[in-house]
Amino acid sequence: MDFISFLVNGISLGSIYAIIALGYTMVYGIAKMLNFAHGDIIMVGGYLIFTCMNSLSLPPVVCVLIAMAVCTLLGITIERVAYKPLRGAPSLAVLITAIGVSYFLQNMALLIWGSAPKSFNSVVSMEPLRLFDGSLVITGETVVTIVVSAVIMVGLWLFVNKTKIGRAMLAVSEDRGAAQLMGVNVNATISITFAVGSALAAVAGALMCSAYPILQPTTGAMPGIKAFVAAVFGGIGSIPGAMLGGILLGVIENLSKAYISTQLADAIVFAVLIIVLLVKPTGILGKKINVKV
Amino acid sequence: MKKFIAAGLALCMALAMVACGGNTSSSASQAAGGASVTNTDGAIVIKMGGIGPVTGANAVYGEAVKNGAQIAVDEINASDSTVKFEYNFQDDEGDAEKAINAYNNLKDWGMQVLMGTVTTTPCLAVISETEADNMFQITPSASSTDVIVPDNVFQVCFTDPNQGVSAADYIADNGLATKVAAIYDSSDAYSKGIYDAFAAEAEVKGLEIVCAEAFTSDNKTDFKTQLQKAQSEGADLVFLPIYYTEAALILTQADQLGYEPTFFGCDGMDGLLNVKNFDTNLAEGLMLMTPFDATSEDELTANFVKTYEEKFGGTPNQFAADAYDAVYAIRDACVQAGVTSDMSVSDLGDALKVAITEVTMDGLTGSNMTWKATGEVSKAPIVVKIENGAYKQL
Repeated sequence: MDFISFLVNGISLGSIYAIIALGYTMVYGIAKMLNFAHGDIIMVGGYLIFTCMNSLSLPPVVCVLIAMAVCTLLGITIERVAYKPLRGAPSLAVLITAIGVSYFLQNMALLIWGSAPKSFNSVVSMEPLRLFDGSLVITGETVVTIVVSAVIMVGLWLFVNKTKIGRAMLAVSEDRGAAQLMGVNVNATISITFAVGSALAAVAGALMCSAYPILQPTTGAMPGIKAFVAAVFGGIGSIPGAMLGGILLGVIENLSKAYISTQLADAIVFAVLIIVLLVKPTGILGKKINVKV
Repeated sequence: MKKFIAAGLALCMALAMVACGGNTSSSASQAAGGASVTNTDGAIVIKMGGIGPVTGANAVYGEAVKNGAQIAVDEINASDSTVKFEYNFQDDEGDAEKAINAYNNLKDWGMQVLMGTVTTTPCLAVISETEADNMFQITPSASSTDVIVPDNVFQVCFTDPNQGVSAADYIADNGLATKVAAIYDSSDAYSKGIYDAFAAEAEVKGLEIVCAEAFTSDNKTDFKTQLQKAQSEGADLVFLPIYYTEAALILTQADQLGYEPTFFGCDGMDGLLNVKNFDTNLAEGLMLMTPFDATSEDELTANFVKTYEEKFGGTPNQFAADAYDAVYAIRDACVQAGVTSDMSVSDLGDALKVAITEVTMDGLTGSNMTWKATGEVSKAPIVVKIENGAYKQL
């Protein structure tokens, strides 16, 4: 019974990584850049929900929607101000800028909300499920996290494959120059990618802070890095890959905590990543693209 | 055109160099003087530096120390004390390298004694500097035994082993539990230090540690696995030598799992009830060892809490109280040593490290506080239990 419980917790943690990883992987696939500020948008989303719920006493769903809207705007603004002027610059310059934006967001949060940790009220009001006479307890947050991430995954897949904008994204990710020649507005497509990624970050913020209810300006940093690892693990640029990578990462992390060592959990996760990348350098579901000269 | 620019740049550089030269010479003269000035009402003014993290992840502790010390300085300067302070607090972001920079900045400013640093890691870096300069240093809250190795460094807070031993003794002597679990941060010297001493003492006292689970600073949001292990081992007490941020998560997750042991924390747990929006019902029955109880009706504490709330907003935690006591300890030692305005930093250090062992002080974090020459403070720990959302002294 313990095993099932460890597994369910792992899937729940992994689902959060997966939602964050989706943001990383979409932006990487389309803009070919690592948006290291993504984790901090989660933190901003968390704080926005916290403020809406406690200062304006709005219902949780409305708060999440407001946070999604604000994070979307924030994502688009960051892209316009910090990344767009560097479109032609070497990828290293963009990477450094992204790290700069990440620090900027953390310190802004420090100024606005202060350094004292805040306790987050769960946006989920579901009672925990008690199965097998209470020997297996699954919290409401766990259930909602898993369901929401599955819905997002399906929704995103439909959006990318079935809508015109989504197909434009695929085109830009395949070949930016050719897409532009075919009449795709590359800048608008990249903006939309950032918008979707940031809205997902707000959802991730809501779920993550509900499951682990402490908010600090650095809340988003570590999950952001883990999710980046998940994205690489699954094959960066691939949407199902991010989902798979995230969930596997969460499960491996939790099972190694449970059966090997709580303090070596991270080391084991990264060791698995290295092994996977040695065997399959593009990640589990990553496609190998031959560049023709 | 190019020549103009070149000439302009050269001029700028020349000016900058002159400016730099000016700065160094003025700070050099300050350092060479190295002595306190006497102000108009005849009191000696000591330049006291402070170092701690006021930004970054540990900002909450640094802010508390900065503010707590400010209150003490203001009180002393407004009183008729024969020793007064000029106070300058620098940020170290909780980082060893930045702490050294802060220390050098303060030396340029003319610092004579150091109140800091707040956390252990930067403190370990700074002590080698103060030892070389023989500058008197008192740390309000860096609790590792390693920081008081040099003879010029003193502590206001308990050492980590001291807390671990006291906790094990208290649990065993009061029969709180037979099976104990511990969850600690193995990447943090504070947490690990307490746990090691606790485990050793628990063995002596016959407490059975059924499960000892560590976590690291990179992986400190999900504690369900650790709690589940403690639960299946049947632990009836969970010892948490960690800070309250993680403890709040542990309490929430234990509640979600329906696990209800007694939780027992150390001084890092203080602050839990002030986490904005935290459901204090979760902390009901939690016990902790703390040197400071902000709800105490003791006059000194009540005044301090009132001033703190007026000036900075929010209830002060034990870090603020430790800093307040640190400033008074420096003041008392200065008075005891009879410092004069012509003493160098090193002479001051020699005089103060003897004087502080002769001082007995009633502070916010304990009455009859005394210091050993090793740097360790002697005061009794207070164990409190959280009842109806407030501390109750046991």
